[in-house]
Parts: sequence; structure tokens; C-alpha cells
Amino acid sequence: MNTTAVDNAGNAPSRFLCHEEPPAHNGTLLGFWIYLMSDCFIFASLFACYAVLGTSTAGGPSAAEVLDLPGLAVNTALLLVSSVTFGFAMLEMARRNKGAMLAWLAVAGLLAVGFVTLEIHEFAGMIAEGAGPGRSAFLSSFFTLVGTHGLHVSVGILWLVVLMVQLGKFGLTEANIRRLQCLSMFWHFLDLVWVGVFSYVYLAGVLR
Amino acid sequence: MSHPTPPGHAAPAGHGDDAVHHGTLRGYLTGFVLAAILTIIPFWLVMGHVLDNRWLTISIVLALAVVQILVHIIYFLHLDAHSEGGWNLMAFIFTVVLVVIVLGASIWVMYNENANMMPMPMQHPYQSK
Repeated sequence: MNTTAVDNAGNAPSRFLCHEEPPAHNGTLLGFWIYLMSDCFIFASLFACYAVLGTSTAGGPSAAEVLDLPGLAVNTALLLVSSVTFGFAMLEMARRNKGAMLAWLAVAGLLAVGFVTLEIHEFAGMIAEGAGPGRSAFLSSFFTLVGTHGLHVSVGILWLVVLMVQLGKFGLTEANIRRLQCLSMFWHFLDLVWVGVFSYVYLAGVLR
Repeated sequence: MSHPTPPGHAAPAGHGDDAVHHGTLRGYLTGFVLAAILTIIPFWLVMGHVLDNRWLTISIVLALAVVQILVHIIYFLHLDAHSEGGWNLMAFIFTVVLVVIVLGASIWVMYNENANMMPMPMQHPYQSK
């Protein structure tokens, strides 16, 4: 559809070609998507740091020596299954099936809690054996990137708990559905970032 | 382009289910199976020491990661040309372009800077003359 707009100079209205109306009512989801895209930049810059500093071990342990691949496999599986179960919750939401939706959300949340717990355990183990973030540029960039992702997941869990309380109390109102759609995007986005983390930081990291 | 909205008919935004794509069970399961396969292959390559050439292994791992990210975007985030009237896709393409510039250029510049650095002896710089 063609929409018209008056330009700033107040001259003849300029015309823009839009095949569909810009989303006016439901702009929250677009706004949240743009937030996620800006979050991409945070992760991209942290990935760039790791790419540059990943081999600067300053005589300390290298990626191959400190990174735990079997633990990583468990973590990756937890996050992927959590992402899918959140999708199942969204399907139940679309069917207005509140009980089943809350159950799937709880499963997704518990899997994410498992992920964060394992990650904290891994970090604590590394710090205990002298491979903390202060040891070398490699470890600083590693802890910053993986820790930022873990912080996102933790905040996502907090958001999920709060939203589940809201859903239990007020049900599937329009506002709650909108919030759930945003959290769903956030949840899947974090799994997407994790693909980059486990591929680049861990799997490619131990080979460098 | 393929779906021009008739004049006078705004997109049915705001009616919950009509406006937003929630995905289907089939879509989520397809995405899950593809993602699982695309995860298992790189883990197997690295943990099983399958290939002798480590740069080839790294390249395959990263290529599979890109494919898996696309799988996540299509099957889990439901990004297509029509979500939010195409604006999601526009924002996404814009982000990809900028991320490629930021990541690619940073790595390129920093790598060359590192490679062209004078070898530095581990002592006071003024004593090394």
C-alpha cells in the first residue's frame, strides 16, 4: 500500500512504497526484535574479542587444557531441549491451554536452571585450578563472553518465574500473551547465541 | 511483493493469533531434529578426532554453526519475509551486515596487527638496543 508523508520542509508530500501497513498496534514485538538485534552487537563484539585474544594465554592454560567438552555437550543439550519445550509452551498458549502451557514453561525453566548450574560449576572449577578470568587475556575474553551469555540466561529465568506468577494469577490476558511472545524470542535467541559459543569458543577453541 | 495488501485493508494486526506466527508442532520438531544433528556432527568431529587437518575441522564446525543458526532463526524464531510486515527481516539483514563488518574487520585488522608486530623480547625495551 502506498502511504504518504509530509517531509520536513513542508513541500509536496513524499510517497513511500509499502506493500503492507507498518505494524502499528503490535509494535512491541518488533521493538523487542530490534532489542535482540542490538544484543547481537554485544555478543558480536565479545566474539571479536575472543577471536583476537583466544590464543593469548600469557603462559597460562590454553583452551584445550581448561575447556570441558563432555560438560559442554550436556549444557548444549539442556539449552536446546529447553528452547524446544518453550516452543511447546507457545503452542499450548495458542490453544489457550493454560495448565499445559505452565507445565512446559516450568520444564523449560528447570532445564535452563540446570544449564546455569552446570556453567557456574564449570567456572568455579576453572577458577579453583588457577584458570580464572585474571590469568590471561584468553581467559578474560572467555569468561566475559560465556559469562555474559550465562547472565542473559539467568535473567531469562528470572523473567520466566515472574511471568509464570503473572500467568497463574491473571491468566492469558493480551498483555501476558505479548510478554510471553517476547520472552519466547529471548529464549530462542539465547539458544542461537549458544550455537556460536559452543562452536567457536569451545569446539574451534580447543583446536586452535 | 507477492502478497500486496488490498487498499483499504490494513493487515489484521492485534488479533493475537492472526498477527503472530506461533509455529507448529511439526516446525518445532523439525527444527529440533535438524539442530540436534547439526550439534552432534561438530561434537563428534572434535571429540572423536575424526579429521587430521584441524583447520578443515574448524571450518566444518563453523559452517555447521552458521547452518544451525539459520535453522534456529527459521524454525524457532519464525523469521520470514512477512513477520511484522517485513520489518523483522529488514532489521535482521541490517544486523547481519553490521555484524559481518564489525566481526570480520576487527579480526582482520587485529590479526594483521598481531602478525606485523615486532618480536618483543621479554625484557625492558630500552635495554634491547
